[in-house]
Amino acid sequence: VRVDDLAEGVRARLPDVVVARGEVTVVVDRDGLLGALAYVRDEPDLSLDSLSGVTATDWPGRMPRYWLAYDLYSMAHRHRLRLKVGLSEGDPRAPSVTPMYPTANWHEREIFDFYGIVFDGHPDLRRILLPDGWEGYPLRKTEDLGGVNTRYRGAFIPPVDRRTT
Amino acid sequence: VTDPAPKAVPFRTLAQAAPAKPDPGLVMPTGPVSDEDRLRAELEKGILFTTVQSVVNWARANAIWPLGFGLACCAIEMMAIAGPRFDVSRFGAEVFRGSPRQADLMIVAGRVSQKMAPVLRTVYDQMPEPKWVISMGVCASAGGMFTNYAVVQGVDTIVPVDIYVPGCPPKPEMLMYGILRLHQKVRTEGHFK
Repeated sequence: VRVDDLAEGVRARLPDVVVARGEVTVVVDRDGLLGALAYVRDEPDLSLDSLSGVTATDWPGRMPRYWLAYDLYSMAHRHRLRLKVGLSEGDPRAPSVTPMYPTANWHEREIFDFYGIVFDGHPDLRRILLPDGWEGYPLRKTEDLGGVNTRYRGAFIPPVDRRTT
Repeated sequence: VTDPAPKAVPFRTLAQAAPAKPDPGLVMPTGPVSDEDRLRAELEKGILFTTVQSVVNWARANAIWPLGFGLACCAIEMMAIAGPRFDVSRFGAEVFRGSPRQADLMIVAGRVSQKMAPVLRTVYDQMPEPKWVISMGVCASAGGMFTNYAVVQGVDTIVPVDIYVPGCPPKPEMLMYGILRLHQKVRTEGHFK
């Protein structure tokens, strides 16, 4: 399937389609996310049955601040499609797609871990890569850069560049 | 039957040893007396005195069983020292153990993530005394290029470190030099641990 044909096929139902560098991106709003995913998965001509990954980006100062990206692949037609959802700064929540694509489980946990975006309906939404007691969401652009303090067994040791001899 | 003893015999009994020379009295040594000379003089007598401490330290230093705590690319260099090209078994440290309970040297090879830190400390606690730690590479020593939220800024914030090996990653020779410096440290340890 050519990229333009794919874009035209999607445009009938999901109008906000962008084709750039040979990739098709569809922007949907948060309420229409599950419906759009169900459509592109179940429509026989699209049949995007494989979720390659879920990622997030952070754009502080812009509206919407967070973007979620769902990269989809069709095993039958061998074409790809990306769905994007913008989330506002004050309400970083999105519906979980884990019931629809089970592979999204750990992807959504990772996004929650690093960006603090909450996925409603996720079966087990807790941190996945960082320690359980971590405070903050380190991939947000507003977080401080540099090393973090080591807190261990009652000891408190700042990173190397902030140590005093 | 006269059977003269061969000229150079490494170990002789007291009877075969050369007769004691007459004591020359107090003389100033003409040159520096090295450890080797002193040792040779002792061996001439056929008796070697030492302390239990130095024998134990010598034995410990020459049979170090490392625990390979490979965390990143440094682990590749650490594995190389056990291979035939570098051959750390020359220094008695080739028996890499998978279990901390059988090891007495932890080579922290690579960056320690915040989530790995409690695991590393637990493994360290499971090692029997006496135990030593080599911090291999700049990441393990001070965080290295990973000045970020994910990596512990120096493994010495979690466990006591004996030898720091710099480099990114250190060459196998550098790690072997670190092991040799550790030998020195173990040999000169002042008391039993």
